[in-house]
Amino acid sequence: MSDITKQSLTELVESIKNKKLSSSEVTKAFIERSEKSKVLNAFITEDFTSALDKAKKFDQKPNLDLKLPGIPMAIKDLFCTKNIKTTAGSKILNNFVPTYESTVTENIWNEGAILLGKLNCDEFAMGSSNETSFFGNVQNPIDKNLVPGGSSGGSASAVAGQLTPITIGTDTGGSIRQPASFTGTVGLKPTYGSCSRYGIVAFASSLDQAGPMAQNVKDCALLQEVISSFDAKDSTSIDFKRSHYSKDLTNNIKGKKIGIPKEYRVDGMPKEIDDLWQKGIEYVKDCGAEIINISLPHTSYALPTYYIVAPAEASSNLARYDGVKYGFRANGKNLIDMYEKTRSEGFGAEVQRRIMIGTYVLSSGYYDAYYLKAQKVRRLIKNDFDEAYKKVDAILTPSTPSSAFKIGEKTNDPVSMYLNDIFTVPVNLAGLPGISIPAGHDTKGYPLGLQIIGKAFDEQNILNIAFAMEEKINFKNKITDWWIK
Amino acid sequence: MSIDLKTIKHISKLSRISVDDQRAKKLVGDLNSIFDFIEKLNELKTENVKPLTSIAETTLKLRSDEVQSKNIRKEIIKNSPQDNEDYFVVPKVIE
Repeated sequence: MSDITKQSLTELVESIKNKKLSSSEVTKAFIERSEKSKVLNAFITEDFTSALDKAKKFDQKPNLDLKLPGIPMAIKDLFCTKNIKTTAGSKILNNFVPTYESTVTENIWNEGAILLGKLNCDEFAMGSSNETSFFGNVQNPIDKNLVPGGSSGGSASAVAGQLTPITIGTDTGGSIRQPASFTGTVGLKPTYGSCSRYGIVAFASSLDQAGPMAQNVKDCALLQEVISSFDAKDSTSIDFKRSHYSKDLTNNIKGKKIGIPKEYRVDGMPKEIDDLWQKGIEYVKDCGAEIINISLPHTSYALPTYYIVAPAEASSNLARYDGVKYGFRANGKNLIDMYEKTRSEGFGAEVQRRIMIGTYVLSSGYYDAYYLKAQKVRRLIKNDFDEAYKKVDAILTPSTPSSAFKIGEKTNDPVSMYLNDIFTVPVNLAGLPGISIPAGHDTKGYPLGLQIIGKAFDEQNILNIAFAMEEKINFKNKITDWWIK
Repeated sequence: MSIDLKTIKHISKLSRISVDDQRAKKLVGDLNSIFDFIEKLNELKTENVKPLTSIAETTLKLRSDEVQSKNIRKEIIKNSPQDNEDYFVVPKVIE
């Protein structure tokens, strides 16, 4: 039984299809391990009893043609799930039960997967360490008191800790790729418009994307194939020909041109990150790809741009939480007082900070100086990538400027926390796909990731490059199960 | 430029988030360090750059205006902090 949770998604699908394992056996194994792993605090809501019922039902009449036949799966608590509490990691949604299902999760259940529960995340996905969640810190399975990254911290921790074979997260500025890098897992942020945003609690609508998080590239490709779809319910969903990401996966990347942007060699970057990047360059060369030095001149302006655009959109999106129709309400002397107290008590400090930044940059007299300026610089950042892609097929960079840090290490300094996303944010601003794969360890034995950035809608290409590199890197996560007594 | 306590109070009013003096003082420090970091954008000349408002530069599609969710009134109302059968209830607004 204990070996079940060690299997990859692809292996589990095969075992269920070959009738070596039943959905009930698999579901039970993940539930048992999750029960022993409460210390990680990966779950906000468990749905174990109902998961076992669904598995039993699946086994009675198994449909083995599905892509995720009877596969149990926990998901980030930012996706609305019909009749199951959806909190976005916030007190203000602590008791919110959606009456509808997000398109991405609907796609997953339609392919036969079974919900295990909802995973912890930074409040409204605003954070890089999972420390802003109303439901508390998440532990990184790599080491005690280490953050799993964020905002999809519960998702990353649950995949690395084998509480779920695979999961979905969301990525607005790095929230899939940074936690994947911190936990030795694979995380893909798809092209903007690839996965529907319908039913995902909104943070910054022009940047948010859902994406898969997995133990390996093949699993990631399979889940991407399931979740990516055109959806009329999302006005920015794009109708393009999606490939069969897992079936078309190949390690043949001969002749591919890979760009190395000099601006990503930032001041003060630890030598081990630079060394890892060099190793990555050698790996892709070994695979027959060609390395080309490129320039993305506006890279250093990406974070300041992001910290105008994202809070501005967030301040508008979060205006809906007013204590009237759903969620938490505080008592007030009158209507305005009720709004102000509800939002003051219902939102945590980081969310309040971002709403206030956003309100300020959109306010009368400051709109042109900040918000309009940021939109213009966003254009320049996108143009940099457009220019680069005239010469290369993909771009290779580190995923993060450091390995995972300790819980509490950066909570008092918002700017140092924001710097975590320095390599991931430009990708969201330009709407491109990016994947983080584990590529090595630092001196402490903590995992480090490399990021491959693709052209828009070219997920297949970056999955192929990641797949080829994965074979060369042969990464083994050093997890001792320290939390299981 | 720097953000003072008065500005914080003004933004907090616009944001409909009440902040006490202690929190407001902390926010002065936080927002100033964040805006110091944001000011970097002023190094760039952008007079002739077209703002990028949406990365998916497609025109919005029209769809027929049809009701798709039916009979979910009870479920919707169930999520409200205070209700009176079919209505959401808020503190009295008319004296």
